[in-house]
Amino acid sequence: MDKWMKFLEVNAPRILDLAIEHTILVGLAILVALIIGVPLGIYLTTNDYLAETVLQIASVMLTIPSIALFGVMIPVFSIVNQGIGFVPAFVALVLYSQLPIIRNTYTAIRNVNPEMRDAAKGLGMKTSQRLLRVEIPNAFPIIMAGIRTAVVLNIGIGVIAAYIGAGGLGVLITQGISRGDNYLIISGSIAVAILAMIADGILLFIQKRYTPKSIAN
Amino acid sequence: MITFDKTTKTYEGGVTAVDGVDFTVEKGNIVVLLGPSGCGKTTLLRMVNRLETISDGKITIDGEDSMSLDQIALRRKIGYVIQSNGLFPNMTIEENVMIVPDLLGWKKKEKRERFNKLMEMIGLSGEKFGKRYPHELSGGQQQRIGVIRALAADPPVMLMDEPFGALDPIIREKIQDEFLQIQREVKKTILFVSHDIDEAIKMADKIVLLRGGEVMQYDTPSEMLVRPKNEFVREFFGKDRAIKSLSLHTINDLQEVIGLANMDETISDTITINVNHDLRNTLSMLLNQEADQVIVIDDEGNKLGAITIDIVQKYLHFEIKAKPTLVQKG
Repeated sequence: MDKWMKFLEVNAPRILDLAIEHTILVGLAILVALIIGVPLGIYLTTNDYLAETVLQIASVMLTIPSIALFGVMIPVFSIVNQGIGFVPAFVALVLYSQLPIIRNTYTAIRNVNPEMRDAAKGLGMKTSQRLLRVEIPNAFPIIMAGIRTAVVLNIGIGVIAAYIGAGGLGVLITQGISRGDNYLIISGSIAVAILAMIADGILLFIQKRYTPKSIAN
Repeated sequence: MITFDKTTKTYEGGVTAVDGVDFTVEKGNIVVLLGPSGCGKTTLLRMVNRLETISDGKITIDGEDSMSLDQIALRRKIGYVIQSNGLFPNMTIEENVMIVPDLLGWKKKEKRERFNKLMEMIGLSGEKFGKRYPHELSGGQQQRIGVIRALAADPPVMLMDEPFGALDPIIREKIQDEFLQIQREVKKTILFVSHDIDEAIKMADKIVLLRGGEVMQYDTPSEMLVRPKNEFVREFFGKDRAIKSLSLHTINDLQEVIGLANMDETISDTITINVNHDLRNTLSMLLNQEADQVIVIDDEGNKLGAITIDIVQKYLHFEIKAKPTLVQKG
């Protein structure tokens, strides 16, 4: 226990810095993934053929081992002199989070009660009004569930980003492995777990807070 | 006024859902589209607000071809009520009811006034229910809200797709009465889909009976019951159509035409019935034989005379069958 206290005394500021770095990397990736994934998921509900193709591609993306995807990013981004560091890691994380976000958005909007949609049309709502006033609010919990999955997934995968020099909590773990330092490995792992739990908790709160009361149960 | 002019709906693959339908819904009337499932009644209804496209022929609303209007503007001018009420669970009752006025850009104060007035019409407190959500209301209340939502922007035309179909029989009857009461006030031009014969007879000024997308008969309920045009109509309304036709008449109608029987003061075992009762229920009551004599009373409780099965039969024979359009609903 004493050893742990000593370790934390020395390393706490560094762990905190890395956690912030990790959060920024994952946060930005999720933000961009949302900007792409949610509108794409909504659009796909109007195009069955494309929906199948896009969801397949997104599924395949998720089956690529993370280390391999990060590896592939290096030569690709070397072209623009960004071979290692933030940019390739960020792009890989955006790709990873597409599937849960697109799929949940697509499913949620598709599953909005057809009678509700019919009523919205029959009352004279334009497509955009129908989406914003009826379909998205009623699909919100499922869309949020997809976002939560993507965030937790990305916090975990973000660890691998350390291997291509993108920093984050993965640095503790990779250093720990190469130096055979268990303190580094364990502290890094626990920090990642705590970060994931905090992020999920915050998102769950948002989900509960903004889900229409009447569809929550 | 809604006019159907050789209106036809053909789906890809050649299935014809609606086949050259011609009829007019007069201003202020309720026309019920009636028929077995798959007869095209809902499709026909949905063609009016263009939720279904028109393959051939046309539909005009107050003289204007529905295709010449912007689809969104057209729908906002037409009230629309569906069976499962289609209320939006994420909106409060007030937001739900005021959707169309909101889309049309009404001011806040106008909306509030209109909402309270509409709620008053269905006997609910706007104050009390405005901030609630649909799931907090009973099925009957939700359906009433669905009806006033369609009335919110005061559209001249309303489409109602089995609006009371999901309600239990007692509530349904109550809401039907309430709706007829409202209709007497607002006088909308209404197209109403139903598969319930009794509902059609009760609600309709005229009925369109459909089969396989074609109009079998377009007539007043009493004409249709008494003079079915063909075998299908006859069978559809059933062997008890004479009895059904009695529900269109009240004891009052009978009294005006052939008069009531004299009361026999010596019979002590009597029950009373209000003069505004329809003859179908009256006949059922007579057949129950709960008392030796049935006395008709008016709203003030004055005894007007006695009624018997013989008199009802006589009325049916001479009045309904001989002069089928004598009694008009109003």
